[in-house]
Amino acid sequence: MSEPDPRDGLVDHLPALRAFALSLTRNGATADDMVQDTVVKAWTNIDKFKPGTNMRAWLFTILRNTYYSSRRKLNREVADVDGVFAGSVSVKPDHDGRMQLADFKKAFETLPDEQREALVLVGAAGFTYEEAAETCGVAIGTIKSRANRGRARLAELLELEDGGVTELTDNATMAVVAGSPEVNR
Amino acid sequence: MAGGKNKDGTRAARIIDENLKLVYSDLVQEDLPDRFKDLLALLKAQDAETSHDEDKKGRK
Repeated sequence: MSEPDPRDGLVDHLPALRAFALSLTRNGATADDMVQDTVVKAWTNIDKFKPGTNMRAWLFTILRNTYYSSRRKLNREVADVDGVFAGSVSVKPDHDGRMQLADFKKAFETLPDEQREALVLVGAAGFTYEEAAETCGVAIGTIKSRANRGRARLAELLELEDGGVTELTDNATMAVVAGSPEVNR
Repeated sequence: MAGGKNKDGTRAARIIDENLKLVYSDLVQEDLPDRFKDLLALLKAQDAETSHDEDKKGRK
């Protein structure tokens, strides 16, 4: 019996890898090129993958390095965003009765690369802070602060801050104080 | 819960993470373009060819 070839496992990670690429590049064509480059690099450098370790994290690392080095090469300050991320899926009904998913995606696209990346890894892809830090080659604290800044910015853009709640409470309190069962204005 | 004050915007963080998961799982569930299956097949074929060549060299 020969050792199982870790390259046989590559295909299982492609949907997640592509989702990560789409959230990072926000451009369908660029994302698919990044995934293609990543697959070729992973295939030819499979000897650098340690069997038994997290292959998904390894692939994500290759993809993000590919992305950042190509952006550096192109010296692009502004990414070529084609709205594929915001436009790729149909609009869902109100979530939690508060916001449209489309609004969320639009707001998410405006975040800096580092914040989107941190949020996708820890908020959506199920990476631990430790795994995300290793994938991005930074300290755990850096990932935490990027994710927190991203969440704070999204809360601001989507008007999710607790300010709105406080205001309602105040109106209700005022109504009680005024002895009126209704909240006018 | 309703109308209660939230500590450090945890309610906002929860809503954001729920939406992140929705968006991400939609992307994961998209059909994979054929080019990736083709690419893997090509890489596999190239490898088979290379090892075949090496076998031939080894036998010389």
